[in-house]
Amino acid sequence: MKNAIGREIPEAISGIAAIKPFSGAFAIVPEMTRQAPKVKTIKPADRKLVDSLVEVFKKIPVTDGMTLSFHHHFRNGDGVVNMVLATAAQLGLKNLTVALSSVFPVHAPIIEHVKNGVVTGLDTNYMSGPVAQAVSKGLFSKPVVLRTHGGRGRAIECGQLKIDVAFIAAPAADEYGNLNGVEGPAACGSLGYAFPDAQYADYVVAVTDYLGEYPLSPISISQTRVDYVVKVECVGDPKGIVSGTTRITKDPVGLKIAETAAKVIQATGLIKNGFAFQTGAGGASLATAAFVRKMMEKDSVVGSFALGGITGYMVDMLESGLFKKLIDVQGFDLEAIRSLATNPNHLEVGADFYASPFNAGCAVNQLDVVILGATEMDTDFNVNVVTGSDGVIMGGSGGHADAAAGAKVTIIVANLLRGRLPIIVDKVLTATTPGETIDVLVTERGVAVNPLRADLKEKFLAAGLPVKDIQELKQLAEKIAGAPKAVKTGEKIVAVVEYRDGTIIDVVRQVEG
Amino acid sequence: MDLRRSMLFIPGNNPGMLQNGGVFGADSVILDLEDAVAPMEKDAARFLVAQALRTVDYGSSETVVRINPLDTFAAVDIKAIVPCCPDAILVPKVESAADIHQVAAMIAAAEKPDQTPVKIIALLETPCGIVEAYQIAKADPRVVALALGAEDYTAGLGAMRTKEGTEIFTARTIVINAAAAANVQSIDTPYTDANDEEGLLADTQLAKRLGFKGKLSINPRQIDVIHTVFNPSLNDIDWAQQVIHAIRKAEAEGSGVASLNGKMVDLPIVNRAERILHLAELLGLMGGEK
Repeated sequence: MKNAIGREIPEAISGIAAIKPFSGAFAIVPEMTRQAPKVKTIKPADRKLVDSLVEVFKKIPVTDGMTLSFHHHFRNGDGVVNMVLATAAQLGLKNLTVALSSVFPVHAPIIEHVKNGVVTGLDTNYMSGPVAQAVSKGLFSKPVVLRTHGGRGRAIECGQLKIDVAFIAAPAADEYGNLNGVEGPAACGSLGYAFPDAQYADYVVAVTDYLGEYPLSPISISQTRVDYVVKVECVGDPKGIVSGTTRITKDPVGLKIAETAAKVIQATGLIKNGFAFQTGAGGASLATAAFVRKMMEKDSVVGSFALGGITGYMVDMLESGLFKKLIDVQGFDLEAIRSLATNPNHLEVGADFYASPFNAGCAVNQLDVVILGATEMDTDFNVNVVTGSDGVIMGGSGGHADAAAGAKVTIIVANLLRGRLPIIVDKVLTATTPGETIDVLVTERGVAVNPLRADLKEKFLAAGLPVKDIQELKQLAEKIAGAPKAVKTGEKIVAVVEYRDGTIIDVVRQVEG
Repeated sequence: MDLRRSMLFIPGNNPGMLQNGGVFGADSVILDLEDAVAPMEKDAARFLVAQALRTVDYGSSETVVRINPLDTFAAVDIKAIVPCCPDAILVPKVESAADIHQVAAMIAAAEKPDQTPVKIIALLETPCGIVEAYQIAKADPRVVALALGAEDYTAGLGAMRTKEGTEIFTARTIVINAAAAANVQSIDTPYTDANDEEGLLADTQLAKRLGFKGKLSINPRQIDVIHTVFNPSLNDIDWAQQVIHAIRKAEAEGSGVASLNGKMVDLPIVNRAERILHLAELLGLMGGEK
């Protein structure tokens, strides 16, 4: 069957429960009640601190076929996922599902666990590195589930991602299970992506290398939901967890795109008091923030909030009075951690607060503008952020589809030519974010506006911006680089791409090799 | 009128930059075979730049190639580059009219029969070059502009190059005057600290006040600032429109003398006003709010 954006979705996929095809960004209205986790009690004298992961596995007990969840706030410095899965393998467990909000190169040992039958399922929002490559080559016998950050929150809340045990890597904990991310050698800032796991898992285990005095302060995840605390030698490598400073790109083409994107935002008329903004931490996205900042300073605009992954740059904007608040689901650098720990206007929120579509209101809905990237975009404005030009998985939605759906204006910034490859294609290999939620594409050679947003096009033309039809931009790129051959994929479905509402927007097929 | 507010250097050995050189909106792109390219890479860069001229669309930017000096690879560069139809050649370290004669002859020999004549921009970057500025400017009809290269020039003087640029004041005014006398454009030296936007702004404003018509640039980030300075301001446009209005009114009334705010409007003023309005029209600055 074809879904609402014309992607062919099989009626049934082995290993995936009922398939609901994507039917439009806001088409699904849930009629259900939330998942309820186990009700707990402990006696006043009971202790939560256990000596080892093996002991905690036995106490719960962790058994074959369970779903173990993890957050990705330690990024490529994470030590906890590998530690926990090594314990599972040591205890001879089989058939586990790993629900890890993002997979990084450091998680390569998962491959061996899959080959040995310890792990048979993967549920994630983003993956890069050896695991992603192995998944593309057909590592798992059943497809990996690729969700959005908000969608993962939703799936947990709605019981579609039922977590048996949440292992929460905690930079700091007390013995009674209060956790935060701002202290200890592995400080990572916000613990937002672990909030739904902590709320809805049957068992919650904190894994830490830094025990503070009871009661820990501040508390991000509280004792009322944490069953056990395991003290280990080291939870992760700080060098892989945070960067010292986040630098703005010096690439002239990236800067040109960023400057144009800032002019696009200005032309929307949204840069005024109360402005709410989200941008990524990399390349042209952060540079766009720098240009937007200049415009805000020039017109003495005080924004309402900046959202998303928080960098030192955003912290500086908060401290300079350009935004009143930061809403932080994930921090990227030391400045973000310092600010979260000390500034009451820097709010730590969970993935559900950030972006879940099925609650009484998430933060992305309050955004004026979001700046996002793309590996590919088609002439219907559908965006791919999952697979690269060789068809191999190299990312995932993360908050992409969520922020795109929520913001008043969603802007994709991308080089029209990446190396020798045009970014615009007739049909993206993998649709991640539907075109109906994408408003503008900004490239170094012009700006394309979604035909659904004639209002914006008019404003951009009036502002003298280089507006071009998306077909025209595509032809321009192909005139320079030629039209690339379509990627050949195999038949086997290696991943299903779930839209934030739980419907299937696309599938990823195996690549050769 | 050729617009050369900004002339952006693009390293001739960088394929990515050569491909993207047209996206920055510079009035001219200078594909550089000289300083940006190490001696070992000269032939590869020459080949790349030749291909770029044939295949890359630089949009509305004029294409200029900076060749190597006459005493090194100028002859090979001209032979390879001129048939690829650049708009102009930027000749480094020009010191005399004879240098220009030599380059012009080599260009003529390399041009295809139906080719639009390739222009010459002379880069003056030695004390001798500054002394000979006027002779160089009028040495050949192909010469359309003099540009100042202050880094080498200051080294030649034995002076320290500063951000304030006191040491190049004389050279600047000589270049501007010589160019004006020969009826060609004068282009200022680049501001070399790409991270200092305020310094760039002040330096460009000074260049404009002195009479330069444009500025060399070593980084695409500088272009917007340079254009902002060299674009006619709203006040300029307003004044120019009043001048033209006054002169038309005088003509209609059969009076030979026009005046504006009590001052006589004579031919040089009319010329300046016309130049401003022409520039404003070219840049789409007329009629809008900005």
